[in-house]
Amino acid sequence: MVPIRSIPIEPGSLSYPDLPWVIQHREDRCTLCGQCTSVCPKECLYLAYRRQRMPNLEVLSKKRGSEYRTFVGIRQRTDMKRSCIGCGMCAMVCPNEAITPVPNTVENRTLFFNNQKGEAYKRGGRRNTTGPTLLDRIMFDRISMLTDPALDAGRHEFTVSTTIGRILSPEEYLKRKVNGGWIPPTREVFPFIIGSMSFGALSPNMWLGLLQGVAYCNEVLDIPVVMCTGEGGCPPWVLRSPYLKYIILQIASGYFGWDEIIRAIPDMQCYPAAIEIKYGQGAKPGDGGLLMWYKVSKLIARLRGVPEGVDLPSPPVHQTLYSIEESVMKMIQTLSMAFNHKVPVYPKISASTSAKSVLNNLVRNPYAGGLLIDGIDGGTGAAYSVSMDATGHPVASNVRECYLDLAAQGMQNEVPIYAAGGVGKNGNVAQNGMALVMLGASAVHIGKYIMQSTAGCLGNEQNRCNVCNVGICPKGITSQNPKLYRRLDPDSVAERVAETYMAIRTEVKKIMAPLGRSQSLPIGMSDAIGINDKDAAERLQIKYVC
Amino acid sequence: MCRLALKTANDPFSPYEVLEAMEAMQEGYDGSGLGLLLRGMEFEDFIYNPRFPILSGIAENKKSWKRLDRFMEERGYELKYDHKFSMQRHHMSGKDRFRYFIRAYRMPDNFSGAPQEEREAEMLSTRLALRKDGEENGGDLSVFSFWPDVAMIKEVGWPLQVGNMLSLHDGQIKSRVCMAQGRQNTNYGINLYACHPFFIQGISTMTNGENTAFVPIRDWLLGRSFPGYMGYQSDSEVFTHILHYTLKQMKLPLEAYKHVITPLSLTELDKHPQGEFLKGLRNVCRRLIIDGPNAVIGTLPDETCLLVMDHKKLRPATVGGREGVWAIASEMCGVDAMIPDRNPAFDFQPMREHTVIIPPDRKELNIWSQFDQFPLSLAA
Repeated sequence: MVPIRSIPIEPGSLSYPDLPWVIQHREDRCTLCGQCTSVCPKECLYLAYRRQRMPNLEVLSKKRGSEYRTFVGIRQRTDMKRSCIGCGMCAMVCPNEAITPVPNTVENRTLFFNNQKGEAYKRGGRRNTTGPTLLDRIMFDRISMLTDPALDAGRHEFTVSTTIGRILSPEEYLKRKVNGGWIPPTREVFPFIIGSMSFGALSPNMWLGLLQGVAYCNEVLDIPVVMCTGEGGCPPWVLRSPYLKYIILQIASGYFGWDEIIRAIPDMQCYPAAIEIKYGQGAKPGDGGLLMWYKVSKLIARLRGVPEGVDLPSPPVHQTLYSIEESVMKMIQTLSMAFNHKVPVYPKISASTSAKSVLNNLVRNPYAGGLLIDGIDGGTGAAYSVSMDATGHPVASNVRECYLDLAAQGMQNEVPIYAAGGVGKNGNVAQNGMALVMLGASAVHIGKYIMQSTAGCLGNEQNRCNVCNVGICPKGITSQNPKLYRRLDPDSVAERVAETYMAIRTEVKKIMAPLGRSQSLPIGMSDAIGINDKDAAERLQIKYVC
Repeated sequence: MCRLALKTANDPFSPYEVLEAMEAMQEGYDGSGLGLLLRGMEFEDFIYNPRFPILSGIAENKKSWKRLDRFMEERGYELKYDHKFSMQRHHMSGKDRFRYFIRAYRMPDNFSGAPQEEREAEMLSTRLALRKDGEENGGDLSVFSFWPDVAMIKEVGWPLQVGNMLSLHDGQIKSRVCMAQGRQNTNYGINLYACHPFFIQGISTMTNGENTAFVPIRDWLLGRSFPGYMGYQSDSEVFTHILHYTLKQMKLPLEAYKHVITPLSLTELDKHPQGEFLKGLRNVCRRLIIDGPNAVIGTLPDETCLLVMDHKKLRPATVGGREGVWAIASEMCGVDAMIPDRNPAFDFQPMREHTVIIPPDRKELNIWSQFDQFPLSLAA
């Protein structure tokens, strides 16, 4: 054994088979064009010069020994800061299919070292759990075979919209109509809402693309899609534009961007679609928003009214409030009043065993326009890994029990429940969404799916990419660096938004038609669904099928 | 698919006529049930005062029969008339029933000057209490209706066979309105309470087809905590309850029913003279939207008859007749059988927006379209 003092090994030293992603590079195909190294967001690739032994094998000669040649290849770095994240941009830009990252199925030793400098691991993205979700396993099994002529998803007329906002009981509605009372505002929207992703978390190009796409869906395709801003306000020009009606403005514990919004109220051409008050987020319950300094550009700083380049962690709670009851009383009413009681206001909470209590509180507040429950499978722009992985509650059973609670009080039409968190995470967006609708949700919010579908977000459930927090998004979706976000063409994003929603609309009809439903969204139609898991069926009070 | 027939005439007629119309449409049902509702009663052997509520149902044995008697007596009802069917038991296909009853009572004295609503609530709770009593005793007592001027018969079997068994052709019972349904058992078990027509506080409907939105509608109605919104052995029972909710709870006119179960689309409502009100109504009654495919045929306490279709008109139904006598049936041959001597050129098959209303005077049909101005003052 040789002492290897001269070899620099430290406790934290890693070699490439220890990393979660291993770069496979084929020297025979590489033309050394350098595109992969320049596109890599982590700068993990470098040009390496290696010596290759060329053995001499001359059989008839006594001469032995080798000759050497130098070759140039691409190698990956092994330090934590620059380890490969598997985004695959190298493969995407390589003109010769010479390079790609592959997941390391043996061991990922970076798990033990991602606490460099005492910082707990933070990331963007998702919870990284693979395999079909509970929602994926729900089947729509009540097919009208006996007396129905099947509906034709292609030719029959379908009404697939839903409502945002408080709805009165029929008796109360008629009473107020006669006596001239206040009818709470409602909006008729497509039940797949683009969930809250802030202007700050998303790049300007991504945001613009989404908004263009949403406007196109509304104005050309007749799909009333709305999108939520997330915490961080809304670009001033949008606030003063007619497109504001497609936007749900979110207010969260940091109140970022609300100076700008309040100032814009007198100049607004129309009201926003709704106001969402964020009390919790499914991906990181107990945490407020977290915009890391890398992403606080000049524009974002202006919009949020803060200096450039500082971390913007929102507090976990609304500082001015003591409890959710108080918040129900104060915030909902205040915000409703700010918009002349003409905009629905609803809170968003993380899915939790206490969701029913919150809901019951809202039931008694005439200004509460619904409840958004965000499950553990939701995504985020930035969070502590431990929060994302282990804190929270799945959305399905939470929505179901809240719905059943409302139904027991006869209030299920009055306080709509919206569900979010993992809808479409394996691509089955319409199926997941409709399963939640039949469990009792009036609409679903989708975030990650929209990023993946409309902008080609590279994240997946194997911890691919997930660097939304540090502003190096290789697609330019969640970066404030112009060099990166210029990669994203807003027009193409808008086009994808339109394509995505056209397909969702068709799939929703394809789900509703065999159930014999076309006139209204089948909210709470729990007789239409089944699952091949007895425990889940019992918990959700739906059929067990096998 | 279920078959439906309704006849309404100024001169009382035998329910057997309607059963014969059912025979004309017989390929459509499987004998899993027959329901009959008679309104505007006339008895051969009794001069009936139309203020007396009539209790209709089946007592399976002597015990339940006695219980019924005792219950009504204790509640203060005075038996005025007890109709006895001349039973032809050899026609009976299912289990032997002890007694089919149609009994007229005088309301308890303390209700004599009571407001109408109180009387109606009392009749409802009496019916429900009896129904509960039967259910608690192994189903030995079924009660279908308890209301002035209304009698109901429900039985498992083929319509004509049931009619023969009860000798409905003997002219002992006649009525101005008769509706019948031959049931094709869809998704819920054969149960007497699952036979159409369904009845609540004088309002009755029957339906063909399947109600795919049944569960959400049922859940919502159950949430109203109104005592009569219960049962739901059939997915069609909710149509009756929605009509009741529209007329009695919301106190809207009959024309609003269609706006509740099959509201117009938002674009159509944009052009409607009362679009704003109707959009609001659509919102607050969203859980009552049906999908069909159904034709709903019904009658109201004042002998008004109605027919509406689902939003896509996925089921057939025809109305025809002449002044003084009208028939509604799920099949044209049903109308033919009930009123052969009419001009079929004037038959009408409602489309998705129509509500066919035969007013109590039976002079002519009213065809109300959802696109028409709503007749309610508050909508304006």
